[in-house]
Parts: sequence; C-alpha cells; structure tokens
Amino acid sequence: MNVSVVSPPRSGTLGTNASRPDGVAKVQGGFAFSSDMWAENMLWGATLRSPHPFARIVSIDVSAAWKINGVEVIVTADDVPGLNAYGLIVQDQPVFAKVGDLVRYSGEPIAAVAADHPETCKRALEAIKVEYEVFNPVVDPEECIAGRAPEIHPHGNVYRHQRIVTGDLSVEGDVVVEGDYEIGMQDQAFLGLEAALAIPDSGGDGVELYIATQWLHEDRKQIAACLGLPEEKVRLVLGGVGGAFGAREDISLQVHTCLLALRTGRPVRIAYGREESFYGHVHRHPARIWMRHHATRDGRIVKIESRMVFDGGAYCSTSPAVLINGITHTQGPYKCDNAVVDGYAVRTNNPPCGAMRGFGVVQACYAHESQMDKLAAACGIDPVEIRLLNAMETGDKLITGQVVNSVAPVEECIRATAAIPLPPDLESDPDFRDIPGGSGRTADRSHIRRGIGWGVSIKNLMYSEGFDDYSTARCRISNGVVSVKFATAEVGQGFVMLAQQIARTVLGVDEVLLDTIDTQVGSAGSTSASRQTWMSGGAVNAACVAVRDKVLAHVAQYHDMDVANLAVDGTDIVDTRGSFRVAVADVISHLDIDETAEYHHPPTEDLDENGQGNCHVAFAFVAHRAVVDVDPELGLVKVVQVATAQDVGRVLNPLSCVGQVEGGIAQGLGLAVMEEIVVTNGKVRNPSFTDYLLPTFLDAPDVEAVFIEEFEPKSPLGAKGVGEPPCISVTPAIANAIRNATGRELPRVPIRPYDVCL
Amino acid sequence: MSVAIPTSVGEVVDLLSRNPQATLLAGGTDLMVEVNLHGRRPADVVALNRVSELRSWSVDSSRRTITIGSGVPYAEMETGELARLLPALAEAARTVGSPQIRAAGTLGGNLGTCSPAGDGLPVLAALDAVIDVVGPNGARQIRFADFMVGVKRNALQPSEFVRSVTLPLVEGWQGYAKVGTRNAMVIATASVCLVRTNDRVAVALGAVGPTIIRATDAETWLAANHTMSSRPNTDTLAEFARLVRDASRPIDDHRSTAAYRRHAVGVLAQRLLTRSYS
Repeated sequence: MNVSVVSPPRSGTLGTNASRPDGVAKVQGGFAFSSDMWAENMLWGATLRSPHPFARIVSIDVSAAWKINGVEVIVTADDVPGLNAYGLIVQDQPVFAKVGDLVRYSGEPIAAVAADHPETCKRALEAIKVEYEVFNPVVDPEECIAGRAPEIHPHGNVYRHQRIVTGDLSVEGDVVVEGDYEIGMQDQAFLGLEAALAIPDSGGDGVELYIATQWLHEDRKQIAACLGLPEEKVRLVLGGVGGAFGAREDISLQVHTCLLALRTGRPVRIAYGREESFYGHVHRHPARIWMRHHATRDGRIVKIESRMVFDGGAYCSTSPAVLINGITHTQGPYKCDNAVVDGYAVRTNNPPCGAMRGFGVVQACYAHESQMDKLAAACGIDPVEIRLLNAMETGDKLITGQVVNSVAPVEECIRATAAIPLPPDLESDPDFRDIPGGSGRTADRSHIRRGIGWGVSIKNLMYSEGFDDYSTARCRISNGVVSVKFATAEVGQGFVMLAQQIARTVLGVDEVLLDTIDTQVGSAGSTSASRQTWMSGGAVNAACVAVRDKVLAHVAQYHDMDVANLAVDGTDIVDTRGSFRVAVADVISHLDIDETAEYHHPPTEDLDENGQGNCHVAFAFVAHRAVVDVDPELGLVKVVQVATAQDVGRVLNPLSCVGQVEGGIAQGLGLAVMEEIVVTNGKVRNPSFTDYLLPTFLDAPDVEAVFIEEFEPKSPLGAKGVGEPPCISVTPAIANAIRNATGRELPRVPIRPYDVCL
Repeated sequence: MSVAIPTSVGEVVDLLSRNPQATLLAGGTDLMVEVNLHGRRPADVVALNRVSELRSWSVDSSRRTITIGSGVPYAEMETGELARLLPALAEAARTVGSPQIRAAGTLGGNLGTCSPAGDGLPVLAALDAVIDVVGPNGARQIRFADFMVGVKRNALQPSEFVRSVTLPLVEGWQGYAKVGTRNAMVIATASVCLVRTNDRVAVALGAVGPTIIRATDAETWLAANHTMSSRPNTDTLAEFARLVRDASRPIDDHRSTAAYRRHAVGVLAQRLLTRSYS
C-alpha cells in the first residue's frame, strides 16, 4: 500500500492565510495613510477649480490673494516649468488651465496656493478672481460622433473609434434578441482621500514626493516632464494608500504639490476632502451599448452585433484602452464565430473618465449578460443552460481572432456556482432589516417577491495591445537577513503579504523584511488590471529564485556537492539524493547576495482595422448567481445572497481571495442598484457620501464563494489575478434577479426604485 | 470663533439675548457638515450639550402627554420606555443616519434645521406636537403645523430656541415608514407617519413638499367613509392612497423624481394603514 503523507504548508508561505504586515496597524488605526503625513516647517496647498464645465478663461487676477497674510505662493499655468500637460496615454490634460485657453470640465484646476494653514488657503482661493466666457457644455456623445459638436480640444472630440469584424456577417439566427443598455457613471469611492507631501531638495533642483498612487514610475515620468526636471531628480515614495480601484492611475495633485514645494523651498502637503475628490479623479465611463444576438433555435449563439459608446469626459486618460477592453469582451465567456462591433470613446464636457475595477468589461458584461437572459427566454431555455451551452473553453477563438490559451473553466465556474445551496426562503415574519427598505420599514412579508439572476464573465489580465508592463523586484541577503524591494503599489490588495509569502516559500526563511516602496528600484507597473500577483509576484519570485540558486551554489561549493541535488525543504537545505541537511538560517547568516529580476509577460499586438489581433495576455473567468428580494410596488431591493465560483488558477492566500471577492461583489452591487455620479449639463450634482450612495452593511449580501483551482501554466505562480472579476458579472446577475422578480426589462444600471415600479 | 458652553436654559437665553446671531450647536450632525464641507464659519457658537434640562424627558400622566427635551439624542428614542410610549418616533429615530449620528443628533436639531426630509418631523406633525420655545420674552408654545414654515425655515424669532417638544400619548396605533435608495443610513426620498385612533387617522408626509404635509383630505375622507374599528377593504385603501398622493407636492431632484415620491407616499400610507390592523 502506498501511503503518501502531505505535510501542510509552513505557516506564512504560499497557500496559507499568512497575516498581513500592515494588518494590525490598519485595524487598530495606527497605520499612517497618506492623509496623515506631516513634515517640519510644512505648508498646506489647495487647488482652485473651475465651476464651469466649458468656458474660456478671460483673465486670472491673483493680486488680492497675494496680500493675504500667510500665503506663501500662488501658481498658475504660467509657473509650470515643463510641459503644462499630462495624461496616461496622450498628454492632453493641462496641469492648470491657462488664460485665453479653455476649461473643459467642472472642477478643472486653474491655480494652486501654498499657505501656513488650510484656512489661509481657503481664503486665498476665494480671493483669486477668474473671469470666464461661459459656453454651453457638450454633453451628448452622439453629437461628438456625428461631428455636430464644437471642438472641445485640439485633439478632437473622438478619442478612438475601433471596429471588430469577423466571420460570416450574412449569418442570421433563428432567434434574434436585442437591447439598448445604459451604464451610469460609477465612482471608485476609495475611503483614503487623495493626499501627497512634497519635500524639495535643499538645492531646489529636485523633489521627493510621498504619494498614494497605483504606479510610482508612471507618475514620476509625468511629474518630471511637467516640472521640467530629469526623472532622477524626482523621487517618489508610496504613502499609505486607502484603496484605489483605478482612481489613482491618473495624475491628480502630484504636480501641484511638487510645484508648490519647489517654489517655496518648503515641504507642502495637499489633501483633498470628499467633495474635491469627486472632481480630482477620473470615474468609470458611463456607456450606451446596443447589442443584438443571433442564435439557433436551441440557443447556440451564431452572431453578435453591437455598438458601444463610452463617454470619456473632458480628457483622454485611459479612454482608448477602456474602449478596447469593452469591445473585445462583447461576446463574454461564450463561443461566437461571427461578429461586428463598432466602438467609440468620445470627449465631452462631462467629468473625465478612466480606469475603474473592471475597465470597460463591466459595461460590456452588463449588456451581454442582459442579452443572455433575453436569449434564454426567447429560446425557452433555462438561463443556466443557455450559458453552459455556449460556454467558452480553452483553445476557443475570440472575435478578435485571438485564441484563448489561458485555462478557461467557464463550465466549471457555472456548475460550481449552481451547486452552492440557495438561501432559505424568507420567513413568515422577517426582521424588517432583512427585507427591502431595511431600516425604513417600508414593506411587510406579503409585499416581497424573490428573484434569481445569473451573470458570467471573462476578464483580460495585465495590460494589452503591445504594452510591456513589466515588473521589477530585488531580493537581498545581508547578515542573514532577507529583504525584498519593489515599487509595487500596495493599495490594500495585500501584495506586501504576498511578497513575504513568496520569499518564505522560495528561500525557506520565516522572517522577510520589506524595503520601502519607492522609485529607488525598477518599475513594477501599475497596481491595476488584476496584474500584480502575476507580474510583481513573478518578479519577486524570480529575484528570490536567483538568490536561492546562489545560496545553493554556495552550499554545493562549500560542501563539495552537486548543486543539482540541492533543494530547499521547509527551512532547510537538503541533498535530495543523500542525508545532508542544513538550516537555511545557518547558511545565510554570513552571506551577502543581491539579485534584481524583471518579469515580462509575452508580447501582445495592436488590433488591426477589423479589430483582429492577439491584443490580450491572459483571461480569468467567474460566475455569479444573485438572489434578490424585491418590493415591486416601491422598487426597493435587498440582495440576499451572491454565490460565486471564480477561476483563480491557484489560491495563494485564501483569506485575501475571499476579501477580494466580497469587496468586489459589494462594488458590483453598488453599480447595480445605487452608485451613480449624477451629472446634469456637465455638473456633478451629488459630490458627497450623503448623496453618492455606497452599500452599507445592511445592503451587502451573504457571499458564498468557491474557487476553481486549475493551475495556470503561463502564470509564474500558477495563479491568476483575483481583483477585478468579482465586481464584473455580479452587476448583471443582480439586474437579472430583479428582472426575474418583476418581469421588467430594466435596461439601465444603477436600477433606480422608479425604474422598477413606475 | 467663540464657543459658549452654558449649563442651564437661563444661560442659553442670556447668551442668545446678547447675541441673536450666535449659532446653536446641539448634536452637530448638520452644523459640522456645514462647517467641514461647505465652509460655514459661524462667528459665535452656543453649545447646548451641557444643558442637562434639554437632555431629559418626562411624562405628564394627568394630561396624557410626554415632553422630550430638544437635546435628547435619537439613540435614546430607539429603544426602552420612550420607544414604548412613542413607537412611531422610535421607528423614525431608527432611520436616522448611522448609529454614530443617532448618538449625537437630536429632535431639537431636526426642528432647528427644519428640512422637509427631517426624519422625526412627520411624527411631530402627525401627533400634533407642540414646540416649546424660549426667548428673552419668556416661553411660548407653537403648534408644529405653525412651526415649520418652509424649506429649512421655522417660526423661531431671533434669540429664541427650542426647549422641548410635547406630544400626546394617544390610545391607538402609530407607525412610520421611510423610503430611501439604500436600506440604511440614507436621506428620505419620501416618508410617512400614520396615527390611528378610535375615530380617525392622522397622516403626515415627509420629503414631498417644502414642509411636512398633513394629508387632511385623506384623513377627513377616511373618517367619513370608513369605520375605524374594521379593516379597510381594497377600494378604501386605494382611495385613501390616492388622496394621500394628491396631498403631496414633490419635486424632481438628484435623489429621485416627483412622480416616484408621489407614488411612494401613497403606497406607504396604504401599507401603514393596513399594518395598523395587523
């Protein structure tokens, strides 16, 4: 009889619930977020913003502000020493709007001040007189596409137009369903507001910036260009980041803070309040999507037609990439050979939009999953069956011509989700907090109807279209101490913990020091696109493996052994062919090793004019089933349970995976039923948490999560990114459940009470 | 900015007599938002939280009334004896903000701010509360219907402030319901308080007009056309809801639409009336 004894993984290594190095401090309130930063002799900075969405600046008069006691400096576009523009893809957004030039959105920066106190800053901003010639804002994307709108920017009003055309377009389905869908503007609504502290070098020819961001090196590149400094004169250190979700990919207060510090020769801190935060960062693109599905009578998709319009707002940010993500995910996780998709991302005078968790796929998924339920109804098939029938598999070809080489366990995700028990029926006399209306006590048991809805999605991982978003990491042993350094932004996802888990596993040590996260090491790419576990995880792994190989070589040489036979086993180094065993700690106590590694994913391609090309690196999949109680007469809802099975490749930290899933589901729920920046004629009407509603604990559902662990061979650790998929298909799953309960079409999210009952 | 911290009602009267422009601070759940978010900078503040008289309540059993000090926080109304005596006020109190807000916010604050969306106000309207107001010329009593005169406007004269609110202890049923776009911690889209006694109902509507609105046509119609001791039938409920809807004067804003608010008060009134018989 063969008995194999598998010992559980060592505490703190990969696969365990390793505790986070920042966990205790965050729970106890001791963690320093970037808004907590302070420096001796520090000044406070503040930003003057345009109240108009579209206007020409006739004049700026700062003379009265200069007279205010305590004001140290006032800067405008004239004071920007380098390029007065920034942007992630094209540099079309001014650091400050300039006299004679346009302001293009309500909230656009015009000037900044530094003073001895926030109150002084406030008075100074009030004393700056700006004269505007106000224009009617351009707010309808269709007007931009049709070329009927005035040109908002010299770069034009269309950021990108891209088609996907594939297969035989003459194919017609026995069954055809279509819909016009609309997705509202969601905010990332991180709790840790934008904040930065800039400390000028004593000679005034350089600056150090402590900043909450998602990508230190990209920030540095853009900041240095605006400041007219070489990149090495701009050093960035990661401040404590309280959430990001895409809202920290773009420049907000970085250049302003550095500029004020360089001009005054003193440390300057800027910290946004909640209202300013709504104006200070980009949001999720509102979108309009038309989709038509053709299928055989038994429900097989034969063709998809779609038109997608993403409103990018006033500046480009990542709009072109968001558009590509949207249109290349039109089919969802389903097979489809024939498709024609027309996609636009346009410029308007609405608030600028860019990255947010899900990055274009959220919008596409809401449309295709709404369509799948329509198709199921039209074919008389169960919503689960129609999804299984069309489920994509590894090796299938996407409408872009790209073959899905990633593990694609779509069917497994759906079946595992379906196997999760449904919640019990609502009891006869439920607590009012457990039913729609919650604390408002609007309903009794007899008013409630329960619905069940499904959503399944595919999400690309890493950056696309030829972008080499590599990651760098450095691993050192010095005096027996292992340390790891990287520039990977820890935004709350837990990479600091994962890096330690990797180092412990590879090197057989328990203690792993983390060096400061800053620009004193190579780029890590952005903490975005579900990429850091794969990319920075790959880099940390490679650096640790390089160090381990040197350790093993040292042992082999010292003991005159064959290095090929040596391996790390737990916290020992062992001879796999003999009895030799030595503790890693003893070996490394007198070693000095320093290795830096880069991890690059395989190259990708641009799309051609027909939208064909291997533009994405890899994919992850997830299924969601939502159970929602609805009060159809008042249009109020309570999401009772969300069951999910997610394709993760390999679980590296179970607790972290569950955290991502629960948080993502809450965020997707927000988009489904309450979260929307309401914009009227270019103006945000709800820039506060009083009126921009996030789910409370009473709104959050029970989450039942299962992880599909099919090792992803392309990933350095076998794991896929876990961050984005949870928030993508949960939105249509909830919408489909409300449709199931009410019979309403509900073509728009967030679904408002009056959409359901009037 | 000066901050006075009086400990008696008399001191408050003195402070306000000398400085009618002074800003009153009770729980601070409205004022601090004004200060922090909207940059309001009051020159002088009179803080009321040390005035113990304002933080107490009492029952007058001979007159069958209860008097609640303007500084009693919502948290105290949610449970216990106050909740037993005034169930509708308890239900309204439970919908106010978060637990932290309810620990600080007061009925006096609701009256001072006088927002049509003030959660406690429909209860005061439905129960015909009397507001006890104190000023340099002594005390006076104002019926709630005369107290709230517009959006965030009340009948207080300069130097006057709210000392307490007196409500009848009614024989019958009372309830409150509030619609918002979130299941907790949300500003009312529409709210209704309904009080049913032997021979009549009182219905007050929140967030559907410049002031809290009493649906008097609905009240009168029901008293004339329905025997209060019996359960209303479907037709009665429908007509009652229609009259309640007609009493509302809602607007479209970024929180909801006028049409939905009008619809919602009808549904809530109908449901509360039904609930009063369950």
